[in-house]
Amino acid sequence: MLSEQVRAKTDRELKKYPPDRKQSAVMSALRFVQDEKGWINTEDMADVAAYLDMPQMSVYEVATFYNMYNLKPMGRHTLTVCTNLSCQLVGATETLDYIKNKLGIGVGEVTADGKFGLLEGECQNVCDEAPLFMINNKKTCGHLTKEKIDQILAELDKE
Amino acid sequence: MINIEIDGKHIEIESGCSVIDAADRLGIYIPRFCYHKKLSIAANCRMCLVQIEKAPKPLPACATPVAEGMKIFTASEQAVKAQKGVMEFLLINHPLDCPICDQGGECELQDLAVGYGGSTSRYNEEKRVVLHKDIGPLVAAEEMSRCINCTRCVRFGIEIGGAMELGQAFRGEHAEIMAFMSDTVDSELSGNMIDLCPVGALTSKPFRYSARTWELSRRKSISPHDSLGSNLAVQVKNNHVMRVLPIENEAVNECWLSDKDRFSYEGLNSAERLTKPMVKQNGKWLEVEWQVALEYVANGLRQIARETGAEYIGALATPHSTLEELYLLQKLVRGLGSNNVDFRLRQSDFSADSKQAGAPWLGMAVADINNVDRFLLVGSFLRKDHPLLASRVRQATKKGAQVNLIHAADDDLLMPLTNKKIVPPTEMTTVLAQVLKALAIVKQATLDTSVQQVVQSVMPSASAQAMADSLASGERVAILLGNFAQQHPQASQLQLLAQHIAALCGAKFGFFGEAANSVGGYLAQAVPFAGAEHGMNASAMLAAPRKAYILLNVEAELDTQNPQQAISAMNAADMVVALSAYKHHAAEYADVLLPIAPFTETSGTFVSSEGRTQSFKGTVQPLGEARPAWKVLRVLGNMLNISGFDYNNSEAVRDEVLGGADMSAKLGNVLHGMSAQTAIWNVAGLQRVSDVPIYTTDAIVRRAASLQKTRDAATPRALMHSVELKKLNLQSGEMVKLTQGHGSARLSIIADDSLPHGIVRVAAGHAATAELGAMFGDIMVNRA
Repeated sequence: MLSEQVRAKTDRELKKYPPDRKQSAVMSALRFVQDEKGWINTEDMADVAAYLDMPQMSVYEVATFYNMYNLKPMGRHTLTVCTNLSCQLVGATETLDYIKNKLGIGVGEVTADGKFGLLEGECQNVCDEAPLFMINNKKTCGHLTKEKIDQILAELDKE
Repeated sequence: MINIEIDGKHIEIESGCSVIDAADRLGIYIPRFCYHKKLSIAANCRMCLVQIEKAPKPLPACATPVAEGMKIFTASEQAVKAQKGVMEFLLINHPLDCPICDQGGECELQDLAVGYGGSTSRYNEEKRVVLHKDIGPLVAAEEMSRCINCTRCVRFGIEIGGAMELGQAFRGEHAEIMAFMSDTVDSELSGNMIDLCPVGALTSKPFRYSARTWELSRRKSISPHDSLGSNLAVQVKNNHVMRVLPIENEAVNECWLSDKDRFSYEGLNSAERLTKPMVKQNGKWLEVEWQVALEYVANGLRQIARETGAEYIGALATPHSTLEELYLLQKLVRGLGSNNVDFRLRQSDFSADSKQAGAPWLGMAVADINNVDRFLLVGSFLRKDHPLLASRVRQATKKGAQVNLIHAADDDLLMPLTNKKIVPPTEMTTVLAQVLKALAIVKQATLDTSVQQVVQSVMPSASAQAMADSLASGERVAILLGNFAQQHPQASQLQLLAQHIAALCGAKFGFFGEAANSVGGYLAQAVPFAGAEHGMNASAMLAAPRKAYILLNVEAELDTQNPQQAISAMNAADMVVALSAYKHHAAEYADVLLPIAPFTETSGTFVSSEGRTQSFKGTVQPLGEARPAWKVLRVLGNMLNISGFDYNNSEAVRDEVLGGADMSAKLGNVLHGMSAQTAIWNVAGLQRVSDVPIYTTDAIVRRAASLQKTRDAATPRALMHSVELKKLNLQSGEMVKLTQGHGSARLSIIADDSLPHGIVRVAAGHAATAELGAMFGDIMVNRA
């Protein structure tokens, strides 16, 4: 069963589409689920399918197609490091390696305490801030240096 | 119409048509994988790239609509280069394991790779691996690395099957075909995905690794199961049926087959096959020669006819028997002096007998179903009883048709229903009367006196009114009665009311028909009212036991309306002659078992529900000493000195039955001389509602091993509304004892709130419920 908040937010999305095209809201609904839980499990997908009156497999297709949907728990703070061209040119690989070492995890993994998850991501459209990562797909942190990374992680650690 | 040119050939074609379609009509083959004429356009394989004049690059022929003056080159240098390029990409991740692939020899990728593939690969990197999946007992998805992601199976599920059971998950190189949460594919049409798969990713589980396609000879036959009469290609190796594939017939099964038609062949090779005539002596079964067995039967029948009167002989056949078999059976019985012959074993109301204009049939051509714009379906488990007819109704709904359903159970038909009324069987006539009344008001028509009285006593409910409005607004309306409506204790009342509704809205009106020869049985006169004197119908013959029974393909406890009654009648009889392809429960009550040939081993004819007469020849030799039933009956006729039993072949029998007469003159659904009764059907306790599950309908299917592993073949459970459960203080999932008459069955009971109150849904035709009584009527539920 989807939570009341997810349903309320989804209902608001549904107003944008004709009543017989409920499945148009599938991406938003999945996003709301992820915002709430940090990831989307198959039961949630089945719930979204039931709520939007669409086949479960269709929801699964969408959830697995887009790489910003987490299909497993990705920690409280998921860092998505951009490794596309602009970031690469200014040291994205080193940035990624530094974070890996600091957290002691690889890409796609979560720290033992469940606080941090690490992912590789695609271009965020703010190449002037490269190298960068996003936190929970919401907040972009650019112009990364080792010191800045230490500082951000320390702040997140306190939350 | 517009003019285009393909490879220098000119064609005039309607606009909106695709290039690939135009080329197909010209007989020019454009290679393709994802395109299929019955499915939507995906254009994802890119194999059909062609050169089009003035286009800057090759275009996919399946997704490019024709335009005036278009010049298309399918085999130009540019087109072939593009096609070869696509093929190289397709083969990059394909395992190329043709020698161990079940699809080898009938693989579209293999065939096209010969024409467009390179002789060596330039790809030296690792190929991707896609893990195998278990999607059920019929379709094997064991080698998904072979998949080229054409998504035909996915589109088939959505568009034809009605449910999206498979999908393409993940992305790009990681994309793979799978079911949600490793579920099985439960569609009753799932086998078509095997045909559609252009590679060896989806293969037939029962057939796998048993033969190569080039070892098989392909013989035409007709499905003996549902009333559609699907055209089959029976594939044979060493006198053994190895598999069954569809033969395309746009007017019947299109290019599809239901799983029942496709996989039932496993039952033909069942270990339960009866291969020798057997006679019971002193309670022991002895294998005997045909001559001995037939003489025993002839003497026994002659003796009973002489001593107690021929009216103490009764003959029962299933509607899965051929026209010739049914005709000779009734001729034999009538030759003995009895008119007790019937094939309508699950019917309970026979009051329409001899009041009907002809043999009850679909009332329209099967192909016309797709063009109907308003349906009224009465009493039908449509999807399970007639999978491909259901698919045609589904296609009609995609074009905007409205479906109205009156039924006693709310199974998901996988199509939108405009209106539905789910009521206990006792109220079905009332609902129809309400619709009739509402329709008469909408149409401002005066009703015939035969229905006036009933109509006066009802007030149309809102849903009846909605149905009437829906029907009145249609141009091509069809009122169709399902198996349930035919088995219903007030079947003729339902028919009469439906007939008047149809008359008011100018609708086609007919019956789906229970089995392959439900129409043929009437034409073969295998009904008690066909002769000058009327005999006893199937129900009467069992209610007032006869001294002798001749059973043709019948399993008394599974094929009849009231198994309890049937079994006690069999036990009470002096002589029971069972003509059967299988050893079954008859061993307990029969005196003679005569091994007869199933449809693959005999010639014969089925008349489908649309009145289509389809004859077929035997595809293999009869197993052991089994013989075609028409031959057995012919010899019996000769032994009993009944005249007119000297046929040389089954065609002679068929021609005698059908004569040269026009088929349409023999069909007719209209009832004459009947009036509608105000329903007097008082019920006290719970009422039984029965479906015959899809894989228990006839003897062959019951023994088809793989079909019996599907979800549809699971042990039946009793279903009841949760309110009724609460009244009995039962929990969903509990084991209960269901009692009808002196018999009972133990099943688990499940809450199903889509059922009306006051009913228990219990499947018929299944061994688990064979101790119970009639398919309709009182039933008791107790905690087990």
